[in-house]
Amino acid sequence: MIQADLNIILPEILLALYAMVALVAAVYTGKDKLAPMLTWLTAGLFVLIGAWIGLTGEGENVAFNGMFNNDGFARFAKVTILVSAAAVLVMGQDYMSRRGMLRFEYPVLVTLAVVGMMVMVSAGDLMALYMGLELQSLSLYVVASMRRDSLKSSEAGLKYFVLGALSSGLLLFGSSLVYGFAGTTGFSGIIAAAGDGQAPIGLLLGLTLVTSGLAFKVSAVPFHMWTPDVYEGAPTPITAFFATAPKMAAMGLFARVLHDAFGGVVGDWQQIIALLSVLSMFLGAVAAIGQTNIKRLMAYSSIAHMGFALMGLAAGTAFGVQAMLIYMAIYVTMNVGTFAFILSMQKDGQPVTDIRALNMYSKQNSGKALAMLVLMFSLAGVPPLVGFFGKFYVLRAAYDAGLAWLAVLGVIASVIGCFYYLRIVYYMYFGDEGEELDKGTSPVLMALLMGAAAIMVLGVVNLFGIEGIAQAAAATLVQ
Amino acid sequence: MNDSLLSLVTFIPALAAAILAIFLRGEEAAAQRNAKWVAMVATVITFLVSLAILFEFDPTNTGFQFVEEREWLMGLKYKLGVDGISVLFVMLTTFMMPLVIAASWNVEHRVKEYMIAFLLLETLMLGVFMALDLVLFYLFFEAGLIPMFLIIGIWGGKERIYASFKFFLYTFLGSVLMLVAMVAMFADAGTTDIPILMSHQFGSETFSILGIQIVGGMQTLMFLAFFASFAVKMPMWPVHTWLPDAHVQAPTAGSVVLAAILLKMGGYGFLRFSLPMFPVGSEVLTPLVLWMSAIAIVYTSLVALVQEDMKKLIAYSSVAHMGYVTMGIFAANQQGIDGAIFQMISHGFISGALFLCVGVIYDRMHTRDIDAYGGLVNRMPAYALIFMFFTMANVGLPGTSGFVGEFLIILGIFQANTWVALFAASGVILSASYALWLYRRVVFGDLIKESLKTITDMRAREKWIFAPLVAMTLLLGVYPPLVTDIIGPSVEALIENYETALAQVPTSGAEAASH
Repeated sequence: MIQADLNIILPEILLALYAMVALVAAVYTGKDKLAPMLTWLTAGLFVLIGAWIGLTGEGENVAFNGMFNNDGFARFAKVTILVSAAAVLVMGQDYMSRRGMLRFEYPVLVTLAVVGMMVMVSAGDLMALYMGLELQSLSLYVVASMRRDSLKSSEAGLKYFVLGALSSGLLLFGSSLVYGFAGTTGFSGIIAAAGDGQAPIGLLLGLTLVTSGLAFKVSAVPFHMWTPDVYEGAPTPITAFFATAPKMAAMGLFARVLHDAFGGVVGDWQQIIALLSVLSMFLGAVAAIGQTNIKRLMAYSSIAHMGFALMGLAAGTAFGVQAMLIYMAIYVTMNVGTFAFILSMQKDGQPVTDIRALNMYSKQNSGKALAMLVLMFSLAGVPPLVGFFGKFYVLRAAYDAGLAWLAVLGVIASVIGCFYYLRIVYYMYFGDEGEELDKGTSPVLMALLMGAAAIMVLGVVNLFGIEGIAQAAAATLVQ
Repeated sequence: MNDSLLSLVTFIPALAAAILAIFLRGEEAAAQRNAKWVAMVATVITFLVSLAILFEFDPTNTGFQFVEEREWLMGLKYKLGVDGISVLFVMLTTFMMPLVIAASWNVEHRVKEYMIAFLLLETLMLGVFMALDLVLFYLFFEAGLIPMFLIIGIWGGKERIYASFKFFLYTFLGSVLMLVAMVAMFADAGTTDIPILMSHQFGSETFSILGIQIVGGMQTLMFLAFFASFAVKMPMWPVHTWLPDAHVQAPTAGSVVLAAILLKMGGYGFLRFSLPMFPVGSEVLTPLVLWMSAIAIVYTSLVALVQEDMKKLIAYSSVAHMGYVTMGIFAANQQGIDGAIFQMISHGFISGALFLCVGVIYDRMHTRDIDAYGGLVNRMPAYALIFMFFTMANVGLPGTSGFVGEFLIILGIFQANTWVALFAASGVILSASYALWLYRRVVFGDLIKESLKTITDMRAREKWIFAPLVAMTLLLGVYPPLVTDIIGPSVEALIENYETALAQVPTSGAEAASH
């Protein structure tokens, strides 16, 4: 029995063991001298485990009496998380080591956060959910304040911690209510207690509070306040990390709670999610217009994108989950590429975050500017780039679920949001001549940027077959 | 060969763009020349290959021809095909593009990117006219905004940034509502295949949203969503304001593409989607569209009269002429729709040529102010002749293609709505006044301005660009069956389907009256 359980959770165990071994090894040997090697090693391990999970995993494997559920949905999310985390790790390495920030704790903490995320998307029980969530969050709080001598970075970490603790409190309070009314913390028990359509009022209150806690993690409006400050304050590689893997994990967890635990009462949570979605899309679109700091801009952009992903979730159908998964995979890819570009923005060796510094960048480096142009139009959702298909999927899911109003509001928000992506293109292609940014980009950043842009263009052919995989993944979650 | 002829035509320019992007390096003179030649050769090849479409096209067959179909995502299809309505737009596009490239021979600033943008734009425009899948259509339709945004923004005039943002956001806002309607159609019919959707009956029962009665139900809503997109693209009054800005700021070649081809996408969309797919919605809203067109014709003609910028004047004249097109389409009879298509093709040549005419003197004087010119005939006789020819064609002089289109449309609209026809006919007079007055101020009179005393007449290259346009305008003017024979059967089938569809549903007018 326990043997089988351990087999199912083996990837997580291996990663956790690796994190501990790495920690001990680094402490007792060269300390930070090991950090660059450790970063590459961790990234390599992520990719390996991602490939292992993606290629060999099949069927629904439930461990520890339903606490841990390794199904197609979890595997899709895990592969996305692992691959994007690996990409972010390697792309930030150069940036961090130049600024003396590359400590050995960085890859170790990221590994622990990733383990937490993997538990999150596999959670089949409120306890597992909370454990995964906290493991992830605690690692992220520390990572956010990685740059100890910087006021902004410490502030970011502290803000994130205080608000994160608040949301965890909400989540716990909600969980206790759910436990009280359902009599169990297991999702399979909760779904039975919630029944079809008629859930006890206490359970619904619990659901609402749990939803609020999770909305904080995906930075959906009105629980988004931390996002711009944390994005701006954290060192850029860490911002890139925040924008990718944790978002996927939180959305995965969101979907899991809503469908595995509350799948019977879709009508009760649909309005909440739809409202979160609308607010996020509009706030993300409008608030970013005035931003000149590209990291804050990307923060609002990610809020808007979470709104779109939530639109898929609001549908409450298998197709909606599929749309959400596709949306998130595309979103993560776009963000990896965009942050690779942001990381390469430097003047005299100092990082630059003001978008006005991009003036006429296309003349300085036409290849990179073109890749960024592709990514910006893709983020804006303009066809034929892949970002459009993400939007198309969620729109269709929302419409099919009878949420036509949500679809209409969504497209209007996307037009408003288009403005600030266009503005970046405008600075790069038809702004005034300004001071030039540093030439030379590390090959890793170049490869990730170009790769992401190429995916955005070539994906129009068949989205690299992701559709069928996401469909199968969604089918395991929503029966 | 026939199986993938359309794809071949569509993607030759994109292939050339890719070659330019990957292999051409540097910004020196040789690289610039190579970029121009690659673009030129690619567009000419595209045109020559597209001739095969025209020659093998069977006008008596009202279905889609040269159809190719492949599976795509989510039950969508990659499906291309042409019928009598779209084939001429394809030809117009492939015909105009070499001229556009030739007219850009003087560009010196970022030539490679310029040519790439135009080549990609050609692919996307061709895709719009060939796509037989809703989402594929949307993809081409929207993607065209990206190169056009860059063309206006990078190579445009002083106010180019404002114009490019306005162009992009305006048209994008129009189109996203169409996207939602497409999603709704997909959900309703279970397919995005255009030929199937054309025979699908969308719901037309009246219902109410927030207490507002929607006569014609789903069809009306979908019609409005598509209308939002196509009306902006056409552009129709009162959502035309992006066009003068875009035209004025765009480089000459950009204006030509915009006027000659991009505007036609709106009209094409009405014919491909609105009329056949939402007959009830179309019928309910026809009066609105007709009156909007009538206002457009009169209002924009009057606005054109007072313009001081030549390009702006021609831009407003384009809006007025597009008013005829929408009017003809929604007259929903053979003459009206024949005329509308004819007018679109002919306007493609004429307005393209007019913008080129402005480009000729703009290249010399770097101003578009009408006041800065006068008496050009003294130093530029050839230019005066050509400008005169296209001014007359724009006015609709018999013997030019402009006359045939306008005449057919007025004939069609007279049968459908006499009052609207009255206004439309007054537009003919107004167009004569602004066009001739423009011509008089620019070309005639004494050459008194110091700056103009050294202006030179058109060079051979410039003359050669106009030659095919003159030929086509005359040819279509004296022998209109060249066009009407091709479009006639398809238009006839379109009207027949439209009327059958309307006959099958209880008349919405009676329904509205009973409420």
